[in-house]
Amino acid sequence: MNKERYKEITSKIVPKEDKVKNGIIAFLVGGLIGFLGEIIVVVLENNFNVEHKDATSIMIVILIFIASLCTALGFFDNLVVKAKAGLIVPITGFAHAMTSSMLDYKKEGFVTGIGANAFKLTGSVILYGVVAAYVFGTIRYLFFGG
Amino acid sequence: MTFLYSFLFCGFVCLIGQIILDNTKLTPGHVTSLFVVIGAFLDSFGLYDKFIKWFGSGTLVPITSFGHSLIHGALAKANESGILGLLGGMFSLTSVGIVAAIVFGFILTLIFKAKD
Repeated sequence: MNKERYKEITSKIVPKEDKVKNGIIAFLVGGLIGFLGEIIVVVLENNFNVEHKDATSIMIVILIFIASLCTALGFFDNLVVKAKAGLIVPITGFAHAMTSSMLDYKKEGFVTGIGANAFKLTGSVILYGVVAAYVFGTIRYLFFGG
Repeated sequence: MTFLYSFLFCGFVCLIGQIILDNTKLTPGHVTSLFVVIGAFLDSFGLYDKFIKWFGSGTLVPITSFGHSLIHGALAKANESGILGLLGGMFSLTSVGIVAAIVFGFILTLIFKAKD
């Protein structure tokens, strides 16, 4: 069977991904997480007298903890399949990537497994973030005076 | 009102991510890396700071704010102690997130097992 014929047949059977529906779900889930973050910050500021800067840090820590725990308990992957970018793009995706790569390589030992693979997925985020921040920061510092 | 703005901003960033995922062959790793670079780029004009002012703390939730925090910490330190501050202050704001993710991830890895 040639490739074109194969494509023709499979395109009929494989369900088309509904891009509009995916977009709406990602928008709602992502928005909800941003909304949750804002609620945590406001509650901390108003009810616990935490300073704004500390409140945002605590909010990030809470979101990361929830995402790591859900990953370790094993149901975050199913949520990601459904919500897609809605959970990958917020900071929850960062925590999920880190925890899941540690869990996956746990059986290979502490150093060669967990240690070597902890940054397998999040490494590129940190690397490109640092390089970009360094380049843009240098340009701004040297040419626009910080 | 910042609740609604946080919702809309975070949702909008995720929507862009989903559109990229659906219409190109890029993986989630590509998208998050791209967004961090975009966040750093936006903050090099001070634009992301304005987003935070306008839309509230929800803007700190998407991964774009990671890039923003990196360059923000670097520049703050550089203004204080010269060009070396770009290196010294890089992680001053993001260390909370990175360390939290490492520590929680490690502790939870010790307790739980990977599924199948």
